[in-house]
Amino acid sequence: MSTQPIALDAPLIELIDVTKSYGAGSASMQALRGVSLRINAGEFVAIMGASGSGKSTIMNIIGCLDTPSSGSYRFKGVAVELLDRNQRAQLRRFELGFVFQGFNLLSRTSALENVELPLIYRGLPHSERRALAQEALAKVGLDGWAGHTPSELSGGQQQRVAIARAIVTQPSVLLADEPTGNLDSARSVEVMEMITRFNQESGITVVMVTHEPDMAQFARRVIHFRDGIIASDVIQSGITS
Amino acid sequence: MIWNTILLALREIRRNVLRSFLTVLGIVIGVAAVIIMVTLGGGVTVKVGDQISSLGSNLLIITPGKRMGPGQVSGAGPFTLEDAAAIAREIPGLAAVAPMSSRAMTVVFGNQNWSTMVSGITDDYFTARNWAVQSGREFNASELRSGAAVCIVGATVQSKLFGNQTAVGNRIRLQKIACEVIGVMEPKGQSTMGTDQDDLVLMPLRTFGRRIAGNQDVNMIQVSAQKGVSTEKVQRDVERLLHERRHIPANSENDFNVMDMKEITKMLTNTTKVLTGLLGAVAAVSLLVGGIGIMNIMLVSVTERTREIGIRMAIGAMEREVLLQFLVEAIVLSSFGGLIGIVLALVGSFGIASALHVPFIFNTQIVIIAFLFSAAVGVIFGYFPARKAARLDPIEALRHE
Repeated sequence: MSTQPIALDAPLIELIDVTKSYGAGSASMQALRGVSLRINAGEFVAIMGASGSGKSTIMNIIGCLDTPSSGSYRFKGVAVELLDRNQRAQLRRFELGFVFQGFNLLSRTSALENVELPLIYRGLPHSERRALAQEALAKVGLDGWAGHTPSELSGGQQQRVAIARAIVTQPSVLLADEPTGNLDSARSVEVMEMITRFNQESGITVVMVTHEPDMAQFARRVIHFRDGIIASDVIQSGITS
Repeated sequence: MIWNTILLALREIRRNVLRSFLTVLGIVIGVAAVIIMVTLGGGVTVKVGDQISSLGSNLLIITPGKRMGPGQVSGAGPFTLEDAAAIAREIPGLAAVAPMSSRAMTVVFGNQNWSTMVSGITDDYFTARNWAVQSGREFNASELRSGAAVCIVGATVQSKLFGNQTAVGNRIRLQKIACEVIGVMEPKGQSTMGTDQDDLVLMPLRTFGRRIAGNQDVNMIQVSAQKGVSTEKVQRDVERLLHERRHIPANSENDFNVMDMKEITKMLTNTTKVLTGLLGAVAAVSLLVGGIGIMNIMLVSVTERTREIGIRMAIGAMEREVLLQFLVEAIVLSSFGGLIGIVLALVGSFGIASALHVPFIFNTQIVIIAFLFSAAVGVIFGYFPARKAARLDPIEALRHE
């Protein structure tokens, strides 16, 4: 990262003609066929599309878990495709927070320890970690649940722990991959309201993949993918918060 | 960072206590086996040394004939009483010079008979061997001078011929001569070489020469040095003197042998040390097997925790950190195993040592080596699984069920 200058005026996320193909030769499959996209700090973006439309691929690329086959992905002006595995890990550590459909908490590990995890990788001292993790759990309304392991928590609670883990580091971007996919509608709304709150109150940029139009309603901007390209990119208005 | 990693590893081990314990069982047994073997071996070595020094560590045994190798002796003429007298006269610093002559014979009392070793001795024998009569008395000066038909028996002979009856005052028959038992030696037990030291009959050397051997030959001289006198020097002096007295040409080898008990002690303790090393090496193989057990479980663990690894990578763990986590986990596990093994070994070897009447000697060195070895096993057998974990693709890992 240090080899590249950070352009302060650059958009937070910028994809320039990004393609991604899997496999080789005639068996190759193109998941993205030239996507250009800008997301500014503070936005709340929902990415929608049928399965196979390329929405998961774009999510992995934005999340620095994958790199484009061609084109460029710039995060705060830094060309991610030029970074190696460890540099991308650093970027995830300091800039990104992940929320997954399947919660992806460490089993047999208390909620507090799960939330602490990213802070451990940031190298924070124990006491500071404890305090920040407690605070994050309080923000998602799980003050009294710190000592419980995921198996002792409901799906909604588990996802809230996962959100606490994602925001405890105060990342620039919260990446949510079908965050409500495993929840009933009441819990889904709860989780979405929580994510919306963090977007509005803390200014965390949110990029969320979903196939549920109800959930996309929470976002300011909805991008539809179809066959590896952007089909539509709409700013929604008239949302009451 | 390293402290955090150890913390993570401890957390992981705590998450799965039973499995962690079973994983390290191999290491526990391996470390315990090595330490027990070496500790007991050390105890046996010390015990052997003690037994030999009870025989008299400042004892030199002079025998005719050149030693060709273990147990092999080339023929050579016996010594004479004058040789013994010359040694006593000319070599300073000696406590006793005990010439003796022995023969295997059958001794008879009533209808009992017993094959034993009959030796002719002088009164210096008791001093040289640091051995005393338990009941009865030693030979007196006139008996020694005149060659009286008296004898002293060992504890084994006493019990074989006389049972519970007292031997003292009875007459036993040795071939043609009848001989009065005037004493019984203190029981000495088995020697280090496994022979029964109490299976003997002693009589004055003069009696033995006249009535049994028919000559004045001396086939062994035992010499004990005074305390603080170097046995090496006495050995050299004896060799020089006998070399001269036996008229051996200047550049030929001696046709007699002077054995320092210290040398024998060294030889025997060396043997037990080699055996200890061998046993320890065999036990070390089980440590290796324990290491393979750790690798096996760590590999299973990496597969099982693929998703967790994916989560950690998504959160921002670098390759190095994942590698370190699994490596530290393996090292912590195996070190734990090592510690448990050490405790087990100390308790175990203390118990076994007291059961076998061997001194318990705590060997700090081997405990430290065994512990470091167990940690090294963790590094060696943990590295491969850890690398496998670190090289996972985060996207694949997150998708793993």
